Amino acid sequence: MKPKSDMTDYLNDREVLNPAQPTCDKSNAYTLGPLQTGPYCCIPEPVIQVKDLSLFYGAKRALDKVTLAIYRGCITALIGPSGCGKTSFLSAINRLTDLIPDCRVEGAVQFEGNDIYDATCNVQQLRKQIGMVFQKPTPFPLSIQRNIALPLREHGITQRADIQVITEQVLRDVGLWDEVCDRLDAPALSLSGGQQQRLCIARALALDPQILLMDEPCSALDPIASSVVEDLINRLNGRYTIVIVTHNLAQARRIANYAAFFWVKERERIGHLVEFGHCRDIFETPTHPLTAAYVSGTRG
Amino acid sequence: MYKQIGVTGKPNHLLRDQMIRLLIYLMVLCVSGVFLWILLDLIHGGGALLSWDFLTDVPRDAGRAGGIGSILISTLLVLLIALLVALPVGWATAMLLAEFIPAMSLLGRWVRYSLQVLAGVPSIVFGLFGYAFFSIYLGMGFSILSGGLTLACMLLPILVSTAEAGLRAVPESYRLSAAALGMSRTATLFHLLLPVAAPAWAAGLLLGIGRAAAETAALMFTSGYVDRMPESLLDSGRVLALHIFDLSMNVPGGDAPAYASALVLIILLLVINLIAMQLIHFWQRRKLNTE
Repeated sequence: MKPKSDMTDYLNDREVLNPAQPTCDKSNAYTLGPLQTGPYCCIPEPVIQVKDLSLFYGAKRALDKVTLAIYRGCITALIGPSGCGKTSFLSAINRLTDLIPDCRVEGAVQFEGNDIYDATCNVQQLRKQIGMVFQKPTPFPLSIQRNIALPLREHGITQRADIQVITEQVLRDVGLWDEVCDRLDAPALSLSGGQQQRLCIARALALDPQILLMDEPCSALDPIASSVVEDLINRLNGRYTIVIVTHNLAQARRIANYAAFFWVKERERIGHLVEFGHCRDIFETPTHPLTAAYVSGTRG
Repeated sequence: MYKQIGVTGKPNHLLRDQMIRLLIYLMVLCVSGVFLWILLDLIHGGGALLSWDFLTDVPRDAGRAGGIGSILISTLLVLLIALLVALPVGWATAMLLAEFIPAMSLLGRWVRYSLQVLAGVPSIVFGLFGYAFFSIYLGMGFSILSGGLTLACMLLPILVSTAEAGLRAVPESYRLSAAALGMSRTATLFHLLLPVAAPAWAAGLLLGIGRAAAETAALMFTSGYVDRMPESLLDSGRVLALHIFDLSMNVPGGDAPAYASALVLIILLLVINLIAMQLIHFWQRRKLNTE
């Protein structure tokens, strides 16, 4: 992993490199589609806007009035101690909170200008466009192939040939194709932890989402599998908008363009957003003393 | 200088471990011993009578002679009606309780509570209820239909509770990740949760079949005693368990056919269990592993 202590250089590199890079790099055999046209991550264009988002479990307030924007094509890292509402925030973006009994959301989340909590919002379509990867790998107890085919079929892609093409493409994207191409019918649960996590990412990518929400995707993996997944996230940068929860500050620093620092109030146990900004600013010139203490390791 | 750490000395828990182990094996022996004893006793008492004719003939001379052909048909018909009614109702209730309403909702608690009460009701009470409701009030009389419907009521608690427990045992992460992939609730249920929960559902089904096939008291007042070959579902038809009861209690000299009938009942249950298990496993493999 190349250390990217200087974020400016890194961002400049990206600007120069990205347009020049071939969209389909044959040497790596990755088949990620063409880069999204439009602004790069240093020119912020919000794709999701969160306004005064509060989240309750029953009567208990878990997250207090969060306002921030997720920028198109960028990686936004959510950092902060356990219990400060990062995961709750993430599941409010794709309305997975609907599945949690007694969970209530206040405020507004706008995706491409539309309020996702509006009654007319098509939740299935929303979740197709905002994919999610969980902390623990969650492959279904099906074959590798069917893990990818099942959601595709649900979204109307039923032709066997289409499914095969997409399956191969996303498995190549996550670097899993060479490892599993001769045993696509094997149970997904027979894969190793890191492979399972990459399969879950592939499964989310197969639906061609705009945004990928990742809830500590590396924390259940060993360091090697973790660095493989991290490389993968880096490759996805620019093609997808990524929001990643991570407890690994070094990882946040390495991969993220933006960072949001959450903190939990001691007594009331209510999570809230302390600071949001460029990753470099959060880590090098934080404005809030809590952020400074957390990123330097003296608190948290 | 250093004290030796106790690797020597009395192995205090070794004996206890072995005692427990022995005890467990003894218990297993008791369980299988009882089954073997019953089976051997039945084979000894009725094995000689068992033949194709016995299985196909109608009973004559109150069951002392002839066979159990009509009894078998009645039994299968009652069982079929009971399952046809109880399975959709019971399994739909289980899906509602486990997937579509919160576990602690008022409706959920009420349904679960009434099923618990229903499970504790003695079968003779079910029989009297079936007689009063299906036979008299709905005018079905003593009939296979009335018996099957009464049995269906009895089976509901078993089917619902086993199926609900099976669904609840499926990890929540499957539901969450399926939802995060934009899958609908019903698709998640049918393509993912049901195949995973299938063994639990099969266990409930088999328990239900066992209970239904062995039921005597509830059918005494509903499907009746008539041992003729039933011509329609509204005919009365005597089931195997009732036939065994009648032969051994009311018919002097009916012991041998009673033994043979009991043997047939046990073999029938074994066969049904085997087939049901194979079907469920086949279905699960097909749903889970192939495209």
